[in-house]
Amino acid sequence: MSVKIKQEDAEKMSGEVVSTKIQGSDIFIQSLKNEGVEIIFGYPGGAVLPIYDALYKNPIPHILARHEQGAIHAAEGYARVSGKTGVVIATSGPGATNLVTGIADAMMDSLPLVIFTGQVASAVIGTDAFQEADIVGITQPITKHNYQVKKLEDLPRIIHEAFHIASTGRPGPVLVDIPKNIATEFYKAEDIKETEIHLPGYQPTTSPNFLQIQKVGQALQKSKKPLILAGAGILHGKATKEFVELVNKIGIPVTNTLLGLGCIPGNHPNFLGMAGMHGTYAANMAICEADLLINIGARFDDRLTGNLEHFAPNAMVVHIDIDPAEIGKNVPTDIPIVADSKEAIQALLKLEMEALNIQPWVSYLQELSEEYPLQYHEHADSDKMLPQKVIELIHKHTKGDAVVTTDVGQHQMWAAQYYSLNNADHWVTSGGLGTMGFGFPSAIGAQIAKPDATVVAITGDGGFQMTLQELSLLQESQLPVKIIILNNQCLGMVRQWQETFYEERYSQSLMPKQPDFVKLAEAYEIDGYKVETYEEAEKVFAEVLSLNKPVLIDCRVEQMENVYPMVAPGKGLHEMIGVKG
Amino acid sequence: MKRVITTTVINQSGVLNRVTGLLMKRQFNIESITVGHTEQHGISKMTFVVHVEDERKLEQLLKQLQKQIDVLKVTDITDKSIVIRELALIKVISPPGVRNEINSIIEPFRATIIDMSKNVITVQVTGDPEKIEAFIDLLKPYGIKELTRTGVTAFVRENQKATAPQLSILQ
Repeated sequence: MSVKIKQEDAEKMSGEVVSTKIQGSDIFIQSLKNEGVEIIFGYPGGAVLPIYDALYKNPIPHILARHEQGAIHAAEGYARVSGKTGVVIATSGPGATNLVTGIADAMMDSLPLVIFTGQVASAVIGTDAFQEADIVGITQPITKHNYQVKKLEDLPRIIHEAFHIASTGRPGPVLVDIPKNIATEFYKAEDIKETEIHLPGYQPTTSPNFLQIQKVGQALQKSKKPLILAGAGILHGKATKEFVELVNKIGIPVTNTLLGLGCIPGNHPNFLGMAGMHGTYAANMAICEADLLINIGARFDDRLTGNLEHFAPNAMVVHIDIDPAEIGKNVPTDIPIVADSKEAIQALLKLEMEALNIQPWVSYLQELSEEYPLQYHEHADSDKMLPQKVIELIHKHTKGDAVVTTDVGQHQMWAAQYYSLNNADHWVTSGGLGTMGFGFPSAIGAQIAKPDATVVAITGDGGFQMTLQELSLLQESQLPVKIIILNNQCLGMVRQWQETFYEERYSQSLMPKQPDFVKLAEAYEIDGYKVETYEEAEKVFAEVLSLNKPVLIDCRVEQMENVYPMVAPGKGLHEMIGVKG
Repeated sequence: MKRVITTTVINQSGVLNRVTGLLMKRQFNIESITVGHTEQHGISKMTFVVHVEDERKLEQLLKQLQKQIDVLKVTDITDKSIVIRELALIKVISPPGVRNEINSIIEPFRATIIDMSKNVITVQVTGDPEKIEAFIDLLKPYGIKELTRTGVTAFVRENQKATAPQLSILQ
């Protein structure tokens, strides 16, 4: 792996025929091209003017967000759906700090991003110069790694390393801070040597230990009640095909984490639904009763496990993860396997095993699924639409094939519960950090990654207003994103918790005076629809969800509806409420 | 429990910050930390003493440190046969009348007087932390004006007496 900028390229870039010198910003653009970058999400500013100037002369497609946070969430959506590394550029100071939420979000959800921030000139770093912020210090705990470029000759190597680190092992965000003078300095083209990656401290283990894999095989043969908990690691490892093959081969029941949704089709007979705080009864009971729990690429997050004391009390725990630090972090593990999900699943597929004798267990879980399905009930005192039903209608009119992005809160949980996904990498949600304002801009990135797909951003009326400025992009960049707002005129999840745990004291969670979202859409030249009944919803969804243009649909839904079933905070998965009634 | 951990790191700017920031983020208490160059150019070694609750927390600490890109090697050397040293500088009130008495304490500890004024002497002492504690306790009655300690640095001995159980950081 190497980066080389030839003299001819250098001349082409600088536009002068006999120049032997090349500018930092040109090296930068050429390095991105060498990495195969096909799109940049960014926002210009003083410290990145030289970079934007070089981009003007030697273009790479660029999405001009209206706020840096919009740019980075779009890059996250792009990365999640395409499997490629998202690239973000912002200027120094406020440009860089506006990215912080997105960086933390990408870190929590293991999304490969390379973020370039401008910085004030080296000579004034540390003097509180105009638009100076110590972004390397600020982002150190929320990046997989970060760099500040000290010398121009390091730039190609650092960029190469940044892409390598972001996209290999457990993916994550890498930030590269580039002082303005580095971008404007000239360098002798012949002095830019081949730049090898030099990362002696970074060698992720990808191949599983075969003895450990054999132990899993033995445990499976002995097990009467095995269960797979499938996480986003299967998606990041691009291992969904192998995973479904494994499930079909051994006939094992499967549950998902929130972020792992889509790694097995939602209608697969072995799929029990999502587990955790708002998971299905069958999935959570399966965890409680399993005698063997095989976690592939999930990190036993607290929203999944509930109270750890009661988590999988009877199970031998197998944990397959590419990040050794996740193994044993929350749940003691009997068979740890550090490996890439694809390689581990392939190794498991190769094991010679007798057919598992687990029919009673499978039938039992099936009965639970049938006995205790997800359910909702119309409110007697209100004729407002129920959000769950709206999501079922979205599902009906997109046949389960849409790319769905969400914000955070009630609508996110309902989307996870009721939008049964047919395909992998069609689900974009902020799981770990729980970032409001994520849903809509991430749909922009998702649409860019899959231009022909129906991309539906399911958001709430609260979260949508956090990043709605990106509406400008839909007409500007011809992106047919479908925005569906489940508008309950409140912060639904906050209100639900206040109802349940704070004796209905709705402190600062109600928003009775929301803007007219249809008029707002019109201001951005987007068709807007207001929907108040199921009939209207059916009609509008049928009409517009397949159109090749952006639309916004404001769905007025019941305010007092709650997400169930639920495991209350601090409770075990066996203590679910709202299961049947 | 108290553990002595050494890490070999690439000597990049900010690497100390990365390691201490990580310990802070994950809520580990550092008792002491020392950093310095090693025999290899561009490679530094950190030695720190931390308090951890249990073995699982310890394993988590080692794994999180190992994950840092600039960290090459992490070892918990607590249960190994090691040499461990710390240096302390102590200013003691010592009017001429008690100076002989203080000297008689300094000698068995193989400490040295490195500065002297009319009523105050500065003593340098090296050794393992227990020895330094004992030395400080003996000087306290005379009045310690100022005290500074470097924190420990440590090595694994070439000859290990018995192999102590080690937590593996990978698997």
